[in-house]
Amino acid sequence: MLTLTGVAAFGVVAVLFLILGYLVWNGGKSLNLDFFTQLPKPVGETGGGMANAIVGSLKLLLLAALMGLPVGLMAGVYLAEFGGKTFSYVIRYTTDLLNGVPSIVIGIFAYSLAVLPVRHFSAVAGGVALGIMVIPITVRSTEEFLRAVPGSLREGAMALGASKWRTIATVVLPAAKGGIITGVLLALARVAGETAPLLFTAFSNRFWSPGWGQPIASLPVMIYTYAIAPYDDWHRQAWAAGLVLLALVLVANIGTRVVLSRGGGGRST
Amino acid sequence: MSDKTSQASDKDALVRFEISDLNFYYGAKQAVFGLNLKIPKNRVTALIGPSGCGKSTFLRTLNRMNETIRNTRVVGQILLDGQDILQMDVVGLRRRVGMVFQRPNPFPKSIYENVAYGLRINGFQGRLDDLVEHSLRRAALWEEAKDYLHKSAFALSGGQQQRLCIARALAVDPEVLLLDEPCSALDPVTTAKIEELMFHLKDSCTMAIVTHNMQQAARASDFTAFMLDGKLIEHSETSKLFTTPTDPRTEAYITGRFG
Repeated sequence: MLTLTGVAAFGVVAVLFLILGYLVWNGGKSLNLDFFTQLPKPVGETGGGMANAIVGSLKLLLLAALMGLPVGLMAGVYLAEFGGKTFSYVIRYTTDLLNGVPSIVIGIFAYSLAVLPVRHFSAVAGGVALGIMVIPITVRSTEEFLRAVPGSLREGAMALGASKWRTIATVVLPAAKGGIITGVLLALARVAGETAPLLFTAFSNRFWSPGWGQPIASLPVMIYTYAIAPYDDWHRQAWAAGLVLLALVLVANIGTRVVLSRGGGGRST
Repeated sequence: MSDKTSQASDKDALVRFEISDLNFYYGAKQAVFGLNLKIPKNRVTALIGPSGCGKSTFLRTLNRMNETIRNTRVVGQILLDGQDILQMDVVGLRRRVGMVFQRPNPFPKSIYENVAYGLRINGFQGRLDDLVEHSLRRAALWEEAKDYLHKSAFALSGGQQQRLCIARALAVDPEVLLLDEPCSALDPVTTAKIEELMFHLKDSCTMAIVTHNMQQAARASDFTAFMLDGKLIEHSETSKLFTTPTDPRTEAYITGRFG
């Protein structure tokens, strides 16, 4: 039995490294400076890059963060610090349900909310779809890290005459800061790779997309489009896009961890 | 501070807290029953009794900390210098009645910011530096901490952290300091330091301390109240309560026959 579980555990690691290795191998081969600076070339021409999709993905993530994070963070604070029993239970259960809604369904919702009324695809519509997906993950991780802050800290602040809000803002949130930021990053990393809800909200674009009201390219949708196309050159670019997407998420993650560990003092013991 | 004699024997010490017919409930469960007690000014009053006798609950009614727990109810009267604390603004009350908890609970901030916290939230407009130093000196922590003021409070040892929490409470210059088993997580040497500190603080502060350690109550307090099952059994000068208790239950407890 021990051997069997051990093999399974090894299998998990092996699958991850297989994917990573394959991605780095195939993506690395086709990655060059042009990929980061050039627009996609018309069908039939080789070369070109996905500069617009990289910028597009970043813009979509920014929109998702602006729309989803405030709601998610505040709801998390409510659940951890205020909520009564029944109402909190309802919110928590709903949040878990929302987390389980297939991303394509959220895409349809964003489509009817932000695409149909204006009759065209847009970055904002993609942001709405991703923003909705950010909410449940942020709510639950924020709540969890706030709950991990010992009650004695809250009592200490309130015994000095701090109001409940003051206590949360000046003692509880700073103590949970590291965890909350990590949770937010995980949420953004998770939606950074979402493709389905973008297909009919942000759609895609083979050119730059100025402003927020036009269809916009994104790395996951480009990967999808390029991977199913019948051209070898496009397949190579899809691999490169996959590698860049993964690198974006990893760099953001590691970068935050480094900044947080250097900040110090935010540890909650 | 009408009299500076810290003798336990004088009976005319002014009253700071006057508690009459106090009942306290956690939901339907009553934890304190008809308690009457006077806490004299500039003295240390110890609350002793077996675990779960309601002494911590009682202590926490004095700065209304129990209000942070859902479904609690207070019936009775608590006067602080003649004013009913239940009618008072809770922020003002807690500024006048500071509290130190069982486990040191410094905020995840620097030593300086910990002490300055109470001043900042009360909108203090003077020179913070002076008051931070003054408070750390009163808590006998200045010499050890002065070179590390801007380091995290977690870098301090447990005993230093507890003295930091005392300094933090003293910074807003409270009239009363409530101590809820402040030494239960500390070693004997550190405990002795805190008791000495309490002795010096008597000049400027009234203290009430909950303790499980009867030697500590005997050493550090002027008056002792013995509680059992939510009721006050006996209250008198510490020297008297420990040598000639009037109630057989008090005697049984202090001689170690139960609890």
